[in-house]
Amino acid sequence: MSFWNDPLKAAADWLTGVFVGWGMNEVAAHVLVVFLGVFVLIMILMVIDILLVWIERKVVARFQDRIGPNRLGPFGLIQPFADIIKLLIKEDTTPDGADKVVYNLAPMLSMMSVLILWAVVPLAPVMTGVDLNTGLLFIIAAGSIGTLSIIMGGWSSNNKFSVIGAFRQVAVMISFEVPMLAVMLIPTIFAGSMGVNAIIQSQDIWYVWLSPLAAVIFMIAAIAELGRAPFDLSEGESELVSGFNIEYSGMKFGMFYAGELLHAFTFGGFWGILFFGGYRFFGLENVSFIFAILILLVKAMIGYWIIMWVKYTMMRIRIDHMLAFNWKFLTPLAFALVIVTALMNALMQGAPAWLYVAGMFLSNIVVAWAALEIVRAAGRRERERVEGVKVVEAAHH
Amino acid sequence: MNEWIYVGLFFIVGLIIPVGAIGVALILGPKKSNPVKRSTYECGIEPVGEGWVQFKAQYYIFALVFLVFDVETVFLFPWAVRLGQLGLFAVVEGVIFILILVAGLVYAWRKGMLEWV
Amino acid sequence: MTTEQIIFLIVGAVTLLSALMVVTARDLVHAALWLVATLFGVAVVYTLLNAGFLAVVQVVVYIGAIAILFIFAVMLTRRQTSKDTGPAVNKNWWLGALLAALTFAGLFSLLQGWSGFSKTASAFPSGFDAVNELGLALVSPTGYVLPFEVASVLLVAALVGAVYLAFNKK
Repeated sequence: MSFWNDPLKAAADWLTGVFVGWGMNEVAAHVLVVFLGVFVLIMILMVIDILLVWIERKVVARFQDRIGPNRLGPFGLIQPFADIIKLLIKEDTTPDGADKVVYNLAPMLSMMSVLILWAVVPLAPVMTGVDLNTGLLFIIAAGSIGTLSIIMGGWSSNNKFSVIGAFRQVAVMISFEVPMLAVMLIPTIFAGSMGVNAIIQSQDIWYVWLSPLAAVIFMIAAIAELGRAPFDLSEGESELVSGFNIEYSGMKFGMFYAGELLHAFTFGGFWGILFFGGYRFFGLENVSFIFAILILLVKAMIGYWIIMWVKYTMMRIRIDHMLAFNWKFLTPLAFALVIVTALMNALMQGAPAWLYVAGMFLSNIVVAWAALEIVRAAGRRERERVEGVKVVEAAHH
Repeated sequence: MNEWIYVGLFFIVGLIIPVGAIGVALILGPKKSNPVKRSTYECGIEPVGEGWVQFKAQYYIFALVFLVFDVETVFLFPWAVRLGQLGLFAVVEGVIFILILVAGLVYAWRKGMLEWV
Repeated sequence: MTTEQIIFLIVGAVTLLSALMVVTARDLVHAALWLVATLFGVAVVYTLLNAGFLAVVQVVVYIGAIAILFIFAVMLTRRQTSKDTGPAVNKNWWLGALLAALTFAGLFSLLQGWSGFSKTASAFPSGFDAVNELGLALVSPTGYVLPFEVASVLLVAALVGAVYLAFNKK
């Protein structure tokens, strides 16, 4: 095996050899090398995270017809690092009524729940991450730890706003987890596996062509899971000031903030992995692992950009509307799509590839059209009901 | 070796990073605390009453509905994994499973449980 | 001792300690959080047994849904009532401890007589995918198709029960 074909394995083998040479147990040396690898990966992620702050600020500025950070360094690129220094030298405060242990644990768990997601992310054909055969459920499991961290932060702060913000955010997160889980069944059906790597490997045709509706539902549910606008009830600046993280300051707030940005970026990546082929791009990924990683990062960035695009274009939705939207529209739609996909998959088992893709695509379009027609009819009935009431009231006066 | 060891390493490193960051901030930051700084934030006024609001029962209802669907979808994942190799009969079994639960959702909907009142 | 045994002992101790904290914690929310720690410990034990699917399901269902439900239920109460101020044990505590010890001893002696207690599990055949096999078992007529369908009826029954309770409250 030459170094350039698989540099990661070559480097790991070399380092293991060095540790064993120091008289270390082979297994322990292996675990230590993996530990160092994980540490380096997460450090790179944290650097990306810092740059995401700059990207987010620059993009929102463009959406709002401003320039954004532009003083420190070229294009304001030094700005996020200055922010980090500011966060580091801020005083660490814990409010008097707070539950100290839970209060300090919450931001750490929040960050951790995002970082562990990268355990199952395949970066390149030679860097598959941990290839769990339950990869998709692992993503949801990590999300449950994030949900828990929000409720811990909101409850322990002993503040009315934070408690309300945490309740709302958790209600939204658990509600939208249902359509997200349901939609994750669809790539599972196509790939015949829950493993993230197997899903990428089986995408000779991007799953977005097989199930465009699933991609849309996944994105909507992901935005809600992230607690970003238009589903950012946890923050609700105009009513809850800052929501569940209101009492947090300095680096503890920084952990929530950085966790949110990295979470959004990660879910952009999962969107790319589940529906756009992950690191695959017309065989380019096999040329060098660097290309594969770059392809994945570009896809994640595109997903992240769409999340930002939605955030800065849409207005915040009220919680009752949001929950109604989920339980009365998105969840039934997601399950209907799962049923249609499962039946179509069984019916077109022996069909040629082009027919299979065309059938899947068309069935998705039909389901989407039917759902929109039903919503339109329901909207018309509701309008007629409301306007009819008004007419009756006018007649009384 | 068990692949979950690697996942465990991610958990450990994922905790070390935030603990380290918050720890460094704790060392570098000033330590001039006073009761006003540590008081609960309430839009610039003195905090009124306790930091506790009456919880809306509706949240609990939605959590219950969520629990049912969460368990259901978890059941469906092995079915979806195997789906490609199964006959139409087995596919229909899974569809019936979903439909029974959707019937439950419709019932809850008709009873007004999904309303935010 | 192998590495797995050491990890198991540590995780088992932490799980048991968390379980003890669940029943001794004064604050109901703390008790719920200790319960989360206990359930997470059980998930880690599943991973040690190579039951990855169960471990993930444990976290998704128990931590992601049931623990949240517990915390929400605690939040329904007022804060004063969520803090327990009464005595931690009643005067019959020794009886409970005795019964627990007897149950443990009984189970232990029963299991020791069972041949499966000391047997090493045979390794998975190569290419064995537990999730895939589970999927087959859930829908094959010779497998668990009836429990699978009955499970959905059970879930609907739970939902209907919840609707009934909520409906009566209004």
